[in-house]
This record gives sequence, C-alpha cells and structure tokens, in this order.
Amino acid sequence: MTGYRDGHRGILLEEPLIFEQDSPGCSGVDLPEVEGAEDTLDGLLREGPIGLPDLAEPSVVRHYTRLSQKNFGIDSVFYPLGSCTMKHNPRLNERMARLPGFADIHPFQPETTVQGALALIDECARWLKTLTGMPAIAMSPAAGAHGELCGLMTIRAALDARGEARRRVLVPESAHGTNPASAAACGYMVDSVPANARGRVDLAALKAKLGPDVAAFMLTNPNTCGLFEDEILEIAAAVHAAGAFFYCDGANFNAIVGRVRIADLGADVMHINLHKTFSTPHGGGGPGAGPTVLSHALAPYAPLPLVIHDAGGLRLVEHPLDPALRATGAAPLGRLKGYHGQFGTFVRALAYMMSHGADGLLQASSDAVLAANYLLAELSGDLTPSYPGPCMHEALIDDRFLKDTGATTLDIAKALIDEGFHPMTMYFPLVVHGALLIEPTETESKATLDAFVATLRDIVRRAKSGEGPALREAPHLAPRRRLDETTAARQPQLRWFPPAPAKAAE
Amino acid sequence: MSALYFTKDHEWISVEGDVGTIGITDYAQVHLGDLVFVELPEVGRKIASGKEAAVVESVKAASDVFVPVSGEVIEVNKAVVDKPALVNENPEGAAWLFKLRLADPSELKGLMDRKAYQAYCNTLE
Repeated sequence: MTGYRDGHRGILLEEPLIFEQDSPGCSGVDLPEVEGAEDTLDGLLREGPIGLPDLAEPSVVRHYTRLSQKNFGIDSVFYPLGSCTMKHNPRLNERMARLPGFADIHPFQPETTVQGALALIDECARWLKTLTGMPAIAMSPAAGAHGELCGLMTIRAALDARGEARRRVLVPESAHGTNPASAAACGYMVDSVPANARGRVDLAALKAKLGPDVAAFMLTNPNTCGLFEDEILEIAAAVHAAGAFFYCDGANFNAIVGRVRIADLGADVMHINLHKTFSTPHGGGGPGAGPTVLSHALAPYAPLPLVIHDAGGLRLVEHPLDPALRATGAAPLGRLKGYHGQFGTFVRALAYMMSHGADGLLQASSDAVLAANYLLAELSGDLTPSYPGPCMHEALIDDRFLKDTGATTLDIAKALIDEGFHPMTMYFPLVVHGALLIEPTETESKATLDAFVATLRDIVRRAKSGEGPALREAPHLAPRRRLDETTAARQPQLRWFPPAPAKAAE
Repeated sequence: MSALYFTKDHEWISVEGDVGTIGITDYAQVHLGDLVFVELPEVGRKIASGKEAAVVESVKAASDVFVPVSGEVIEVNKAVVDKPALVNENPEGAAWLFKLRLADPSELKGLMDRKAYQAYCNTLE
C-alpha cells in the first residue's frame, strides 16, 4: 500500500495468545513436587494440571511487551473519542499518586496514621464542591454510572422520606445509555423526552411529561450533541415545580469547569467523572471515580463513609449509628463500595486541580471548547455538522455527507486507523443518523488538529470521488483487519480452548 | 383474508380476525444492520397501544419494538430468538416476532397501508 500521509506504516508483529505459546517443561520457575503431603482438603485435592502454559521468562516478557506495543492510546496518538474526554494525564499526577504516603497505605490503618490521606480526600471534596457550588458530596462512587446510581438512590431515599411513591424518571433521547439503565436499576420506569430541532431538550414536551409521578429528570449538560442546554434554568424550574429532582450527568463537565457552577443551574445532584474531567487514566487504563455532589435536600442520604473534622483531627464516619450523624439527623443510605472510594484517582484529580488552579481550570475548559469549535469549523465544508455551531467540547457530525458514496461512518472510522488516528465515537448519540462525535480536548496542539482535519478531509474526498467501496476494506495496516462484528456478537467465543489432541495412527 | 398495516416506528401488523401478527419492516432491518439479539414478550402479557413489547439489537444499536394496537400476547416466534439473522433475511414473512389478540380493532384505523408507508419511508431518505 502507498499513499498514507506522513509515511506512517503499521508494525505487524503477530502475537499468539500466551496459551498458544505453551512449551511444556519450559517454565520460568521450578518448584519441586511435594512428596507425601497429607490430604487436608477432604478429598478435594486437584487431580489434573490447572491448564496454565509453560513459558520461559524472556518469552513472557516479550509477549506482554509486544501486546503493550499494540496499545493505541492517548500517550501515542490523537484520541478524539467523543463523550469520553480522553485528555492528557499530566505526569505530575502520577508522581503524586506514587508518593509512599499515598501509595503504601492500607484502608484498615488506624486513622491517626493516615491523617494526610484523609486530608487529601477532604481537600479533593472541597475543590469539587466549590467548582460545582454544591453543599455536599459523596466521594465513594467508583465511576460515572456508579455515581448515577448513588444520585438516584439519594433521590429515592428523599422521596421515601417524604412518603411520595414517584415511579417515573425522565431522560432525554440523546442521553448516555447509563442514565436509563441507572434509573431502571433503582426500580424506576424510564420515559424518554424528545429533542427539538436545535438538538436540545424539547421544553414543551418535557413539561407535558412532568407530573406527580415523576421522581427525577436526568440531563447531561452540555448534552451528548456537544450543545449547551440553553433553557436549563427553565427546565430546572419546571422539574422543581412538579416536585421532582433535577439530576445532572457530569460526563461533559470538562466543557464548563470554572465557568458554570451547576448549583446555579438548579441541579440537585451531579456525578463527576474524575477520570474524564480531572485527568486520570481511563478507558482500560485505570479505575475511574464518580464523586457525586448533592443539594441540601439530598445531602442527608449521602452514602458512607464520610470524612469529618472533629476534636481529634480528621476521621471517617463509617457506621450509620455514628454520633456525628445523630447530631445532624442524617440518614445515610449505607455503603456503595468497599473502603473509601478510588483513592489513587482522588490523588491524581487533586494534583490536577491544584496544579492548574481555578484560573487554569477555566483556561482548560475554554481551550477544550475552542479546539472542538476549530474542528467543527474546519470540517464544515466537507462533512455535515448536525447542528450549527458554536458547539461546546465536542463536534457532532452526521452521515449526510456520505450519501451515494457507498461508504459509511464505520468505513471512515476504520480508514482513520490506517492514518494513525484513533477513530472518533461512532453511531452515538442516536438522535442523528450515522453520528461521528469528535472530542479533541484542550491539550491537543493546532498542528495535531490540522493534521487530523487534513487526513479526515482526504478520506472523505476519496469516498466522494468513487473510492467509497474501497474504504470498506480498511483498516489495511492494523494488526487485525475489519473484524466480523456480526459473527462475534452472534457466536461469541469467550475463552481459549486447547486444540483436540492428535489421534494416534491405529 | 388478512389486512396489512404499518407504523411510523417501522413495525408491520397483519390482522386476521382478532389476531394480529407483528414484525419489523424491511426498511427497519436495513437501517439497523445485522441483528444479533431479539427479546420477545412473555405469552399472556397485556400491552397497551404504543408501549414497547420487544427489543431488537444489531451491532450498531438496540431498538424497541412497539405494539401498534393494544392486546394480549398469544404466541411468540422463538425461531428469531435462536437465530436473529432470520429477521434480516425475511423480516416481513417467516421472521414475524409475536402475535397479539387485539383488544380494540378500531385502533387499526390510525395505521398506514403499504402505499402510505412506502411514501413515508421515501420522505426519510
């Protein structure tokens, strides 16, 4: 193949599964057989081999190193996966997270020996409450969807305490799939609210659906079309007038950090994806964290543990009968997670916030929006933006530009892989046809954005000039070509099986 | 003699007496792509007009199937659960999804015939 921009060529080292590299007897560790051991397991001793492969240590090292070289991530390429905020993770965060005082402690240590760690959780919480303007926070949810669950459980607890059996949660059509899933997991019926022609919530349709049986309205702002919900104050007022709670999904918080406080928008609760907005590795690279800020009405139900200040310093409230709770009348909904939350992620997030400062965070969110608008403007000529700009942190394009080319959104995405870019999010949100959702984040240089635009334009022009069917063959240079997603879904092979032993010739 | 109706959500319903057979249209299967999963309602479930009754899922998206008219589920097509590809092969024939005993056949009045549905699909292209 020729014609790839900038001379990129794939490195195609084939790498079998480690089980396929089994060389019996060739092991990195030799353990003697135990002679004459007594069966203390009441007949449950293992009877056959456990099926692990034998390999020498250098072979194991090469195997995993080669796999790591196939990793296609934010540290090696532009990764504009819309709605995921794949931003650069400053190495300062990693350095802080590896300090022995943070890295080498145990959740069961006496509180007096981990005052610094508790202070870190408390300080991280203070930053998050300040940035959102909200009075309370639950730090323990382990990721975005877990934060949604936490938020909806506090709403349910508050409604139960009021003696109101509201059973419906409203969710916009463009919502992340986790919103209806979280609502259903909390026992609610989900009812979807249509979008208007401008890609925002249809306010009249929302008002028509609000009623005494509605527990909450869940809204992502900016929404998954990359647009700011500009009627959000009226939305919040209508939701509250109906006696319901207003849940904000904070997945796209990166667009407004330092500029908008969601308390000022009327939100009762919002989860914050620390791994998106506050730069910790995610997408298979590390655990997320979904601290959830709460209004005064929901704060009493925040899950345990809580970090509080008392006479002896900082301490954890871990039991529902703790005197500190009795004093405030709080009725926590129990624990959502073991231990105290994703502590390593708190360290990275706080390092990010403190090293940026309030002004730096505003600069970062502003740059994220600027970068997305630059892409939207540059791509407008050849592609078809779904809604007129300006956008927020991500640019939404639909597949009208591919009409009659024989190519699909999927083909464009696969062709980008050959050119050394991670594809954008595809076919989400569902409210537009054949969506391409592009989120560049704030740290990409103009040179990178320009290279991406030039490459994407090239691919689109090839599609429009009759090469559409050829694009269906992409990627050419990836370790694997186009995968058969249909067969993979219909007949999934979820584990490796040893080959059948060869039959001896009779 | 059965009568055939279509909905704007791309379901079809073929009615014979007070029994309606429901499936998704060819237009729907083309736009969903290869189906990999079908979930059908339990027999005996009563469903109100416009409510979701089944789910079809392709490699691109999951989509609800709504009942165009109220009724009680009396039979489901287990073959499409075992082999969702049947829906791609013959969506308006052998790959019907479920049968309803209609509660109120007058609800059929609001639905489209094939010609009107075809015209509706043309407006979507």
